[in-house]
Amino acid sequence: MTGPVIEATDIVKNLGEGASRVRALDGVSLALAGGELTLLMGPSGSGKTTLLSILGCMLTPTEGEVRILGRSVAGARPGQLAEYRRDHIGFIFQNYHLLPTLSAVDNVRLALDVRGEPAAAALAKAKDSLASVGLAQKMNAFPRQLSGGEQQRVAIARAIVGDASAILADEPTGALDSENGHAIMMLLSRIAQDRRRGVLVVTHDPRALPFADRIIHMEDGRILNEEYSASINGKRDWFDNVTQFQRPKVPANGAA
Amino acid sequence: MSLVVRIAARNLLQDRLRFIATVVGIVFSIVLVNIQMGLFLSFERMVTTMIDHAPADLWIVPFGTKCFEDPSLLDAHDKSQALTIPGVAKATPVMIGFAEWTVPSGGTTPIFVVGSDQDSDGLRPWNVVKGDSAALKSPDTVAVDNTYFGRLGIDKLGATTEIRGRTAKVAAITDGIRSFTTTPYVFTPLARAQTYMGLPPDKISYLLVKLAPGADIAAVRKDLQTRLSKVEVLTPDQFRARSRNFWLFGTGAGAALFAGALLGAIVGTVIIAQTLYSSTKDHLNEFATLRAIGSSNLYINKIIVSQAVLSAVIGFALAAGIGLVVVAVTARTALPIVMTPELTAGLFLLTVLMCVTSSAAAVVQVVRIDPARVFRQ
Repeated sequence: MTGPVIEATDIVKNLGEGASRVRALDGVSLALAGGELTLLMGPSGSGKTTLLSILGCMLTPTEGEVRILGRSVAGARPGQLAEYRRDHIGFIFQNYHLLPTLSAVDNVRLALDVRGEPAAAALAKAKDSLASVGLAQKMNAFPRQLSGGEQQRVAIARAIVGDASAILADEPTGALDSENGHAIMMLLSRIAQDRRRGVLVVTHDPRALPFADRIIHMEDGRILNEEYSASINGKRDWFDNVTQFQRPKVPANGAA
Repeated sequence: MSLVVRIAARNLLQDRLRFIATVVGIVFSIVLVNIQMGLFLSFERMVTTMIDHAPADLWIVPFGTKCFEDPSLLDAHDKSQALTIPGVAKATPVMIGFAEWTVPSGGTTPIFVVGSDQDSDGLRPWNVVKGDSAALKSPDTVAVDNTYFGRLGIDKLGATTEIRGRTAKVAAITDGIRSFTTTPYVFTPLARAQTYMGLPPDKISYLLVKLAPGADIAAVRKDLQTRLSKVEVLTPDQFRARSRNFWLFGTGAGAALFAGALLGAIVGTVIIAQTLYSSTKDHLNEFATLRAIGSSNLYINKIIVSQAVLSAVIGFALAAGIGLVVVAVTARTALPIVMTPELTAGLFLLTVLMCVTSSAAAVVQVVRIDPARVFRQ
């Protein structure tokens, strides 16, 4: 994949009206490249989720432009935005958001069914996708029969089954224990590397740090800094310096 | 099963109590509509049953006659005048009217006497299940319907009573000849009918006209209308339409039945709308997830409409079953409820329409869902 899969330029987002109006994002620019796992970190209210919603074509920015695979989504109607989400973006949520009445394989198949993909082909792909996240034996289990880690794996399988160019994850390890959190981050890292997808993870979880190719720190609707991990060892450094990371930082390169 | 239908079915069944409430609402609504429309069809048949069974090509009726039970009278000599018209083969008089039947155990009850010559061109009883209509040629004999045994106070062939003080012996028993007015029909020869009603022999109610082979019905009708005064000459279809209009719409009976059916449909629609709306509200997060992963409004609407249609199919199946029981139970009563294939098909379409219409509020709710709510839940 050559250019960025998602590119946001000078994004401003105002929320609310009148006196209660808040500037949730204030001139944010970001490019998400294929093959890269990016962590988006920052305190609550810093604008991470708003940015994720805009990058995921769920919200439209007040100002600025979002491009998906080089195509601007500015002015797109809700139906067209849904098409961008369906065809190019996979989502992973903190609370999994699986349909409780569907089995694991049907939850994964759903992402293809909404595209109108033929049932037999969709089922085969859904099975492959579940197998790729290690759930080949739990195809017919319902969400209530799965652990939190397994449910999140199903959600990951659903996000990748349609060959989305970008995977946007909102606190994917937030509801998981250490072991499961680690396993989920491993999976996401593998997806970024092996499948050359752009993976953006919003997280507060320091356990995610070793897996990051890049870390973006946000505060008050702005990007404070953006740091790259050159190597696996570099990622380990991040992990080892969690406390240092969590201290307020002076932007090294300035806000983007 | 498609994923859309699977999601719809499981959404419905997830809250079983609510699903049962929905189905009960549909069943009550459709059974109510079924009964109202079944009664309408039954009445429609009853008000024309005599016209349907009369062997007439044309009816000569008193001017302004509104229905078969109209008490207006013709002069008997109209028959001889009618017979002078080219193309008229026969003109058979019919006498109808109310009389009083003496109940053997005491008291009286009104009856509706149908008097006619008991040959093949007269208005004779049909569906004779006991005795013989030919026996009506014997003096003082009548035919009654077994539906009204209770009202008439008799229970068998050969029972004897009085009509207007004249002897009447039951010589034939019919089955299923019911009256819209619920007053029992009593068949008897013409002259005896006139006696039972206390009318002179020169008065009759109708003339049943039989055309000669090859006669032009329109031309004969026009000639009869020109030649006879104070009468109307109607085809059986025209007389049927006139009777139906009078009883079902002139009296308001049909409008009342339609109003009941409409009310049933409205109540059903509101019940289904309420349950579908609350079901959708309970599954908002799931619909938001669908929106988030890029499903179109059409896809989500298909789920909601599928829920409505599934409810409709299940509700209709149960309602149709109850309807068949009601039809069977009322079959031998004075007010039988009729179910025809057309009515059944119409009810099914109505059920689906009701349910799909009901889903509108839920559809509007889902279309407005913000997909970004998945990040907040």
